[in-house]
Amino acid sequence: MFSWQATPLRPLTLLGMLIGVVVVLALVLGIVTYLIYFERKVIGWMQGRIGPNRVGPLGLLQSVADVLKLLIKEDIIPANADRALFLLAPVIAFVPSFMVLAVIPYTASHIFTANLNVGLLYYIALSSLTILGIVMAGWASNNKYSLLGGMRSAAQMISYEIPLGLSVLGVVMLAGSLNLVTIVQHQATDRFGWYIIPQIIGFVVFMIAALAELNRTPFDLPEAESELVAGYFTEYSGFRFAFFMLSEYVYVFAISALATTLFLGGWAGPFLPSWLWFAIKTSAIIFFLFWVRATMPRMRGDQLMSFAWKVLIPVALFNVVLTGALSLIG
Amino acid sequence: MLYANAFIFTVLFLVVGMALPIGALAVLGPLLRPNRPSAGKTATYESGVEPVGDARARYNVRYYLYALLFVVFDVEILFLYPWAVEYHHLGLFGFTEMIVFIVLLTVGLIYAWRKKVLEWN
Repeated sequence: MFSWQATPLRPLTLLGMLIGVVVVLALVLGIVTYLIYFERKVIGWMQGRIGPNRVGPLGLLQSVADVLKLLIKEDIIPANADRALFLLAPVIAFVPSFMVLAVIPYTASHIFTANLNVGLLYYIALSSLTILGIVMAGWASNNKYSLLGGMRSAAQMISYEIPLGLSVLGVVMLAGSLNLVTIVQHQATDRFGWYIIPQIIGFVVFMIAALAELNRTPFDLPEAESELVAGYFTEYSGFRFAFFMLSEYVYVFAISALATTLFLGGWAGPFLPSWLWFAIKTSAIIFFLFWVRATMPRMRGDQLMSFAWKVLIPVALFNVVLTGALSLIG
Repeated sequence: MLYANAFIFTVLFLVVGMALPIGALAVLGPLLRPNRPSAGKTATYESGVEPVGDARARYNVRYYLYALLFVVFDVEILFLYPWAVEYHHLGLFGFTEMIVFIVLLTVGLIYAWRKKVLEWN
Protein backbone atom coordinates (compact mmCIF):
# COMPACT_ATOMS: atom_id res chain seq x y z
CA MET A 1 0.00 0.00 0.00
CA PHE A 2 2.85 2.38 0.79
CA SER A 3 4.94 1.46 -2.24
CA TRP A 4 2.89 3.84 -4.35
CA GLN A 5 5.89 5.17 -6.24
CA ALA A 6 6.11 2.14 -8.51
CA THR A 7 2.51 1.08 -8.91
CA PRO A 8 -0.29 2.45 -11.09
CA LEU A 9 -2.82 4.57 -9.28
CA ARG A 10 -5.62 2.60 -7.58
CA PRO A 11 -7.97 3.66 -4.76
CA LEU A 12 -5.83 1.72 -2.28
CA THR A 13 -2.60 3.46 -3.36
CA LEU A 14 -4.38 6.79 -3.15
CA LEU A 15 -5.37 5.92 0.41
CA GLY A 16 -1.75 4.99 1.12
CA MET A 17 -0.63 8.37 -0.20
CA LEU A 18 -3.23 10.18 1.90
CA ILE A 19 -2.10 8.34 5.03
CA GLY A 20 1.49 9.28 4.14
CA VAL A 21 0.56 12.97 3.86
CA VAL A 22 -1.32 12.91 7.17
CA VAL A 23 1.64 11.18 8.85
CA VAL A 24 3.96 13.92 7.53
CA LEU A 25 1.55 16.58 8.82
CA ALA A 26 1.36 14.99 12.28
CA LEU A 27 5.16 14.63 12.40
CA VAL A 28 5.66 18.23 11.33
CA LEU A 29 3.24 19.56 13.94
CA GLY A 30 5.12 17.57 16.58
CA ILE A 31 8.49 18.74 15.28
CA VAL A 32 7.38 22.39 15.28
CA THR A 33 6.03 22.11 18.83
CA TYR A 34 9.38 20.89 20.11
CA LEU A 35 11.36 23.17 17.81
CA ILE A 36 9.90 26.15 19.67
CA TYR A 37 10.66 24.51 23.02
CA PHE A 38 14.19 23.67 21.82
CA GLU A 39 14.77 27.24 20.64
CA ARG A 40 13.62 28.76 23.92
CA LYS A 41 15.70 26.29 25.93
CA VAL A 42 18.85 26.74 23.81
CA ILE A 43 18.65 30.53 23.80
CA GLY A 44 17.88 30.46 27.51
CA TRP A 45 21.04 28.47 28.22
CA MET A 46 23.13 30.68 25.94
CA GLN A 47 21.94 33.72 27.87
CA GLY A 48 22.55 32.08 31.26
CA ARG A 49 18.85 31.47 31.94
CA ILE A 50 16.97 28.22 32.48
CA GLY A 51 14.28 28.65 29.83
CA PRO A 52 10.76 27.22 30.11
CA ASN A 53 10.57 24.75 33.01
CA ARG A 54 7.10 25.08 34.56
CA VAL A 55 4.58 23.26 32.34
CA GLY A 56 5.13 19.50 32.52
CA PRO A 57 8.45 17.81 33.33
CA LEU A 58 11.38 20.07 32.29
CA GLY A 59 8.83 22.40 30.70
CA LEU A 60 8.24 19.90 27.90
CA LEU A 61 4.54 20.77 27.60
CA GLN A 62 5.12 24.53 27.35
CA SER A 63 4.50 24.75 23.58
CA VAL A 64 1.44 22.48 23.85
CA ALA A 65 0.01 24.82 26.48
CA ASP A 66 0.78 27.82 24.25
CA VAL A 67 -1.04 26.28 21.29
CA LEU A 68 -4.09 25.38 23.39
CA LYS A 69 -4.17 28.89 24.81
CA LEU A 70 -4.07 30.41 21.30
CA LEU A 71 -6.84 28.05 20.16
CA ILE A 72 -9.31 29.39 22.76
CA LYS A 73 -8.40 33.07 22.28
CA GLU A 74 -10.80 35.41 20.55
CA ASP A 75 -10.18 35.98 16.85
CA ILE A 76 -10.24 39.78 16.54
CA ILE A 77 -10.72 41.31 13.09
CA PRO A 78 -9.97 45.05 13.02
CA ALA A 79 -12.88 47.21 11.84
CA ASN A 80 -10.70 48.96 9.25
CA ALA A 81 -9.18 45.77 7.86
CA ASP A 82 -9.85 44.32 4.44
CA ARG A 83 -11.86 41.42 5.84
CA ALA A 84 -11.52 38.80 3.10
CA LEU A 85 -7.77 39.27 2.63
CA PHE A 86 -7.25 39.45 6.40
CA LEU A 87 -8.93 36.07 6.89
CA LEU A 88 -7.18 34.44 3.93
CA ALA A 89 -3.59 35.61 4.55
CA PRO A 90 -2.57 33.05 7.23
CA VAL A 91 -3.85 30.20 5.06
CA ILE A 92 -1.86 31.43 2.05
CA ALA A 93 1.24 31.80 4.20
CA PHE A 94 0.91 28.30 5.65
CA VAL A 95 -0.03 26.12 2.65
CA PRO A 96 3.25 26.51 0.68
CA SER A 97 5.30 25.95 3.82
CA PHE A 98 3.66 22.55 4.17
CA MET A 99 3.71 21.74 0.44
CA VAL A 100 7.48 22.10 0.15
CA LEU A 101 7.85 19.14 2.51
CA ALA A 102 6.50 16.85 -0.22
CA VAL A 103 9.84 16.64 -2.03
CA ILE A 104 12.25 16.27 0.91
CA PRO A 105 13.71 12.74 0.98
CA TYR A 106 13.58 11.84 4.68
CA THR A 107 14.63 8.19 4.44
CA ALA A 108 16.34 5.85 2.02
CA SER A 109 13.00 4.21 1.15
CA HIS A 110 11.28 7.58 0.58
CA ILE A 111 7.74 6.51 1.36
CA PHE A 112 6.84 10.07 2.26
CA THR A 113 8.63 11.72 -0.67
CA ALA A 114 7.36 12.75 -4.06
CA ASN A 115 10.19 11.66 -6.33
CA LEU A 116 9.84 14.71 -8.61
CA ASN A 117 12.37 15.36 -11.37
CA VAL A 118 11.99 19.07 -10.66
CA GLY A 119 12.12 18.70 -6.86
CA LEU A 120 14.51 21.55 -6.15
CA LEU A 121 12.72 23.94 -8.50
CA TYR A 122 9.41 22.94 -6.89
CA TYR A 123 10.80 23.84 -3.47
CA ILE A 124 12.18 27.22 -4.51
CA ALA A 125 9.08 28.14 -6.53
CA LEU A 126 6.64 27.27 -3.74
CA SER A 127 8.62 28.79 -0.90
CA SER A 128 8.46 32.18 -2.63
CA LEU A 129 4.64 32.04 -2.58
CA THR A 130 4.69 32.70 1.18
CA ILE A 131 5.70 36.31 0.44
CA LEU A 132 2.22 36.73 -1.02
CA GLY A 133 0.58 35.76 2.28
CA ILE A 134 2.87 38.11 4.21
CA VAL A 135 2.21 41.10 1.95
CA MET A 136 -1.51 40.33 2.05
CA ALA A 137 -1.44 40.29 5.85
CA GLY A 138 0.46 43.56 6.01
CA TRP A 139 -1.84 45.28 3.54
CA ALA A 140 -5.14 43.90 4.82
CA SER A 141 -4.47 44.82 8.46
CA ASN A 142 -4.58 48.53 7.60
CA ASN A 143 -2.06 49.15 10.34
CA LYS A 144 1.09 51.21 9.85
CA TYR A 145 3.36 48.73 11.60
CA SER A 146 1.90 45.84 9.62
CA LEU A 147 2.25 47.59 6.28
CA LEU A 148 5.86 48.57 7.01
CA GLY A 149 6.62 45.04 8.17
CA GLY A 150 4.96 43.52 5.11
CA MET A 151 6.81 45.82 2.69
CA ARG A 152 10.16 45.24 4.39
CA SER A 153 9.51 41.54 4.40
CA ALA A 154 8.69 41.47 0.70
CA ALA A 155 11.75 43.53 -0.22
CA GLN A 156 14.01 41.36 1.90
CA MET A 157 12.61 38.01 0.79
CA ILE A 158 12.70 38.78 -2.93
CA SER A 159 16.23 40.17 -2.61
CA TYR A 160 17.56 37.09 -0.83
CA GLU A 161 15.69 34.67 -3.04
CA ILE A 162 18.12 35.39 -5.89
CA PRO A 163 21.28 34.40 -3.97
CA LEU A 164 19.36 31.39 -2.62
CA GLY A 165 18.47 30.28 -6.14
CA LEU A 166 22.03 30.89 -7.37
CA SER A 167 23.76 29.15 -4.46
CA VAL A 168 22.14 25.78 -5.19
CA LEU A 169 23.15 25.91 -8.87
CA GLY A 170 26.60 24.50 -8.09
CA VAL A 171 24.99 21.44 -6.50
CA VAL A 172 22.74 21.01 -9.55
CA MET A 173 25.79 21.21 -11.83
CA LEU A 174 27.69 18.57 -9.85
CA ALA A 175 24.73 16.20 -9.57
CA GLY A 176 23.29 16.92 -13.02
CA SER A 177 19.77 16.74 -11.66
CA LEU A 178 17.10 18.73 -9.85
CA ASN A 179 15.73 15.56 -8.26
CA LEU A 180 16.55 15.69 -4.55
CA VAL A 181 16.71 11.88 -4.29
CA THR A 182 19.25 11.74 -7.13
CA ILE A 183 21.28 14.54 -5.51
CA VAL A 184 21.55 12.51 -2.28
CA GLN A 185 22.52 9.36 -4.19
CA HIS A 186 25.19 11.29 -6.09
CA GLN A 187 26.76 12.47 -2.86
CA ALA A 188 27.17 8.86 -1.72
CA THR A 189 29.20 8.00 -4.84
CA ASP A 190 30.87 11.32 -5.67
CA ARG A 191 34.63 11.48 -5.10
CA PHE A 192 34.33 14.61 -2.95
CA GLY A 193 31.68 13.08 -0.73
CA TRP A 194 29.19 15.55 0.70
CA TYR A 195 28.69 18.63 -1.48
CA ILE A 196 29.55 20.91 1.43
CA ILE A 197 33.22 20.28 0.53
CA PRO A 198 33.30 21.21 -3.19
CA GLN A 199 30.43 23.70 -2.69
CA ILE A 200 31.58 25.44 0.47
CA ILE A 201 30.97 28.90 -1.05
CA GLY A 202 27.51 27.80 -2.16
CA PHE A 203 26.79 26.45 1.31
CA VAL A 204 27.76 29.68 3.07
CA VAL A 205 25.67 31.78 0.65
CA PHE A 206 22.79 29.32 1.04
CA MET A 207 22.81 29.52 4.83
CA ILE A 208 22.95 33.34 4.88
CA ALA A 209 20.16 33.60 2.31
CA ALA A 210 18.15 30.99 4.23
CA LEU A 211 18.40 33.05 7.42
CA ALA A 212 17.09 36.06 5.52
CA GLU A 213 14.29 34.07 3.86
CA LEU A 214 13.21 32.86 7.29
CA ASN A 215 13.18 36.45 8.63
CA ARG A 216 15.43 35.31 11.45
CA THR A 217 18.12 37.23 13.31
CA PRO A 218 20.29 38.97 12.09
CA PHE A 219 17.78 39.58 9.28
CA ASP A 220 14.64 39.92 11.41
CA LEU A 221 13.84 43.52 10.48
CA PRO A 222 10.33 42.70 9.23
CA GLU A 223 9.43 41.36 12.66
CA ALA A 224 11.50 43.69 14.79
CA GLU A 225 9.52 43.60 18.05
CA SER A 226 11.09 46.72 19.45
CA GLU A 227 10.29 48.97 16.47
CA LEU A 228 7.47 47.36 14.48
CA VAL A 229 5.54 45.41 17.15
CA ALA A 230 6.06 42.10 15.31
CA GLY A 231 5.52 43.61 11.85
CA TYR A 232 3.02 42.09 9.47
CA PHE A 233 1.07 40.15 12.12
CA THR A 234 0.59 42.95 14.65
CA GLU A 235 -3.19 42.84 14.22
CA TYR A 236 -3.50 39.05 14.27
CA SER A 237 -4.65 37.24 17.37
CA GLY A 238 -5.55 33.74 18.43
CA PHE A 239 -5.18 30.91 15.98
CA ARG A 240 -4.60 33.08 12.94
CA PHE A 241 -1.47 34.38 14.64
CA ALA A 242 -0.59 30.77 15.44
CA PHE A 243 -0.67 29.87 11.75
CA PHE A 244 1.89 32.56 10.92
CA MET A 245 4.16 31.24 13.64
CA LEU A 246 3.52 27.69 12.48
CA SER A 247 4.47 28.44 8.89
CA GLU A 248 7.64 30.20 10.08
CA TYR A 249 8.77 27.21 12.09
CA VAL A 250 7.78 24.74 9.38
CA TYR A 251 10.11 26.71 7.12
CA VAL A 252 12.89 26.49 9.71
CA PHE A 253 12.53 22.71 9.55
CA ALA A 254 12.09 22.63 5.77
CA ILE A 255 15.12 24.76 4.94
CA SER A 256 17.28 22.80 7.37
CA ALA A 257 16.07 19.60 5.73
CA LEU A 258 16.87 21.07 2.31
CA ALA A 259 20.37 22.11 3.43
CA THR A 260 20.90 18.57 4.76
CA THR A 261 19.75 17.09 1.47
CA LEU A 262 21.81 19.36 -0.76
CA PHE A 263 25.03 19.77 1.18
CA LEU A 264 25.28 17.18 3.99
CA GLY A 265 24.53 13.97 2.15
CA GLY A 266 20.87 13.69 3.13
CA TRP A 267 19.83 10.41 4.73
CA ALA A 268 23.10 8.61 3.85
CA GLY A 269 25.44 7.48 6.62
CA PRO A 270 26.95 4.34 8.12
CA PHE A 271 25.52 2.02 10.85
CA LEU A 272 22.50 4.05 11.94
CA PRO A 273 19.12 3.87 10.15
CA SER A 274 18.65 6.44 7.39
CA TRP A 275 15.90 8.48 9.12
CA LEU A 276 18.11 8.86 12.19
CA TRP A 277 21.00 10.21 10.10
CA PHE A 278 18.60 12.64 8.50
CA ALA A 279 17.30 13.73 11.91
CA ILE A 280 20.83 14.22 13.31
CA LYS A 281 22.03 16.33 10.39
CA THR A 282 18.85 18.41 10.26
CA SER A 283 19.01 19.01 14.03
CA ALA A 284 22.59 20.21 13.67
CA ILE A 285 21.53 22.81 11.08
CA ILE A 286 18.54 23.88 13.19
CA PHE A 287 20.82 24.27 16.20
CA PHE A 288 23.08 26.45 14.08
CA LEU A 289 20.14 28.72 13.15
CA PHE A 290 19.23 29.13 16.85
CA TRP A 291 22.86 29.70 17.77
CA VAL A 292 23.09 32.54 15.23
CA ARG A 293 19.98 34.11 16.76
CA ALA A 294 21.58 34.11 20.21
CA THR A 295 24.85 35.55 18.86
CA MET A 296 24.13 38.20 16.24
CA PRO A 297 22.59 41.67 16.61
CA ARG A 298 20.00 42.90 14.10
CA MET A 299 21.29 44.46 10.86
CA ARG A 300 20.33 47.89 9.57
CA GLY A 301 17.89 48.14 6.66
CA ASP A 302 20.33 49.62 4.14
CA GLN A 303 23.06 47.14 5.12
CA LEU A 304 20.60 44.32 4.63
CA MET A 305 19.64 45.22 1.07
CA SER A 306 23.11 46.15 -0.13
CA PHE A 307 24.54 42.95 1.37
CA ALA A 308 22.20 40.85 -0.78
CA TRP A 309 22.84 42.70 -4.03
CA LYS A 310 26.46 43.79 -3.67
CA VAL A 311 27.97 40.81 -1.88
CA LEU A 312 25.85 37.66 -2.03
CA ILE A 313 24.75 37.79 -5.68
CA PRO A 314 28.27 38.45 -7.09
CA VAL A 315 29.72 35.74 -4.82
CA ALA A 316 27.03 33.26 -5.86
CA LEU A 317 27.58 34.05 -9.57
CA PHE A 318 31.33 33.60 -9.05
CA ASN A 319 30.61 30.23 -7.43
CA VAL A 320 28.65 29.11 -10.50
CA VAL A 321 31.52 30.08 -12.83
CA LEU A 322 34.12 28.49 -10.52
CA THR A 323 32.18 25.23 -10.28
CA GLY A 324 31.80 25.17 -14.07
CA ALA A 325 35.51 25.81 -14.65
CA LEU A 326 36.66 23.25 -12.06
CA SER A 327 34.42 20.46 -13.33
CA LEU A 328 35.59 21.27 -16.88
CA ILE A 329 39.23 20.80 -15.84
CA GLY A 330 38.94 17.84 -13.47
CA MET B 1 1.74 6.89 -15.24
CA LEU B 2 4.21 6.24 -12.46
CA TYR B 3 5.73 9.67 -12.74
CA ALA B 4 2.25 11.20 -12.40
CA ASN B 5 1.96 9.57 -8.96
CA ALA B 6 4.52 11.99 -7.55
CA PHE B 7 2.44 14.95 -8.71
CA ILE B 8 -0.73 13.45 -7.26
CA PHE B 9 1.18 13.18 -3.98
CA THR B 10 2.01 16.90 -4.06
CA VAL B 11 -1.64 17.69 -4.84
CA LEU B 12 -2.59 15.72 -1.72
CA PHE B 13 -0.15 17.92 0.21
CA LEU B 14 -2.03 20.94 -1.12
CA VAL B 15 -5.41 19.49 -0.09
CA VAL B 16 -4.30 18.47 3.41
CA GLY B 17 -2.33 21.69 3.84
CA MET B 18 -5.49 23.69 3.10
CA ALA B 19 -7.71 21.42 5.19
CA LEU B 20 -5.70 22.03 8.38
CA PRO B 21 -6.02 25.85 8.58
CA ILE B 22 -9.59 25.83 7.27
CA GLY B 23 -10.57 23.10 9.71
CA ALA B 24 -8.87 24.79 12.64
CA LEU B 25 -9.96 28.36 11.85
CA ALA B 26 -13.44 27.94 10.37
CA VAL B 27 -14.76 24.67 11.84
CA LEU B 28 -13.09 23.94 15.19
CA GLY B 29 -12.25 27.52 16.15
CA PRO B 30 -15.75 29.03 16.40
CA LEU B 31 -16.78 26.21 18.77
CA LEU B 32 -13.93 26.91 21.18
CA ARG B 33 -13.24 30.61 21.14
CA PRO B 34 -15.36 33.50 22.41
CA ASN B 35 -16.63 36.12 19.97
CA ARG B 36 -17.43 39.41 21.68
CA PRO B 37 -16.08 42.23 19.51
CA SER B 38 -16.20 45.77 20.86
CA ALA B 39 -15.16 49.13 19.44
CA GLY B 40 -12.02 49.12 21.58
CA LYS B 41 -10.96 45.66 20.45
CA THR B 42 -11.51 46.17 16.76
CA ALA B 43 -9.74 49.53 16.66
CA THR B 44 -6.45 49.58 14.78
CA TYR B 45 -3.48 49.16 17.11
CA GLU B 46 -1.17 52.16 17.27
CA SER B 47 0.69 51.84 20.56
CA GLY B 48 -2.37 52.74 22.61
CA VAL B 49 -3.21 56.09 20.99
CA GLU B 50 -6.01 56.88 18.55
CA PRO B 51 -4.90 55.85 15.06
CA VAL B 52 -4.01 58.82 12.86
CA GLY B 53 -5.07 58.65 9.24
CA ASP B 54 -5.09 55.60 7.00
CA ALA B 55 -2.19 53.14 6.86
CA ARG B 56 -2.40 52.83 3.09
CA ALA B 57 -0.38 55.93 2.38
CA ARG B 58 2.33 56.26 -0.24
CA TYR B 59 5.58 54.49 0.43
CA ASN B 60 9.14 54.60 -0.76
CA VAL B 61 9.72 54.13 -4.50
CA ARG B 62 12.76 51.96 -3.68
CA TYR B 63 10.46 49.00 -3.14
CA TYR B 64 9.33 49.17 -6.79
CA LEU B 65 12.90 49.40 -8.04
CA TYR B 66 13.89 46.32 -6.05
CA ALA B 67 10.80 44.48 -7.29
CA LEU B 68 11.73 45.29 -10.90
CA LEU B 69 15.32 44.16 -10.38
CA PHE B 70 14.03 40.98 -8.75
CA VAL B 71 11.81 40.12 -11.71
CA VAL B 72 14.72 40.56 -14.13
CA PHE B 73 17.18 38.51 -12.10
CA ASP B 74 14.70 35.79 -11.15
CA VAL B 75 13.88 35.10 -14.78
CA GLU B 76 17.58 35.00 -15.62
CA ILE B 77 18.22 32.47 -12.84
CA LEU B 78 15.51 30.30 -14.34
CA PHE B 79 17.53 30.14 -17.57
CA LEU B 80 20.54 28.91 -15.59
CA TYR B 81 18.70 25.87 -14.17
CA PRO B 82 18.30 23.78 -17.35
CA TRP B 83 21.87 24.66 -18.27
CA ALA B 84 23.13 23.44 -14.86
CA VAL B 85 21.22 20.14 -15.19
CA GLU B 86 22.73 19.44 -18.62
CA TYR B 87 26.16 20.87 -17.85
CA HIS B 88 27.99 17.52 -18.00
CA HIS B 89 26.88 16.97 -21.59
CA LEU B 90 27.54 20.48 -22.85
CA GLY B 91 31.27 20.69 -22.11
CA LEU B 92 33.35 23.69 -23.16
CA PHE B 93 30.68 25.04 -25.52
CA GLY B 94 28.08 25.22 -22.73
CA PHE B 95 30.61 26.79 -20.40
CA THR B 96 31.59 29.64 -22.75
CA GLU B 97 27.97 30.29 -23.67
CA MET B 98 27.07 30.62 -20.02
CA ILE B 99 30.08 32.83 -19.29
CA VAL B 100 28.71 35.23 -21.91
CA PHE B 101 25.28 35.08 -20.28
CA ILE B 102 26.64 35.64 -16.75
CA VAL B 103 28.82 38.54 -17.95
CA LEU B 104 25.74 40.20 -19.45
CA LEU B 105 23.93 39.64 -16.16
CA THR B 106 26.82 41.17 -14.22
CA VAL B 107 26.85 44.18 -16.55
CA GLY B 108 23.19 44.72 -15.68
CA LEU B 109 23.99 44.49 -11.98
CA ILE B 110 26.90 46.94 -12.31
CA TYR B 111 24.65 49.34 -14.23
CA ALA B 112 22.06 49.25 -11.44
CA TRP B 113 24.88 49.70 -8.92
CA ARG B 114 26.34 52.73 -10.69
CA LYS B 115 22.87 54.26 -11.12
CA LYS B 116 22.56 54.03 -7.31
CA VAL B 117 19.47 51.82 -7.51
CA LEU B 118 20.99 49.62 -4.82
CA GLU B 119 21.40 52.47 -2.32
CA TRP B 120 18.75 52.36 0.40
CA ASN B 121 18.11 55.71 2.02
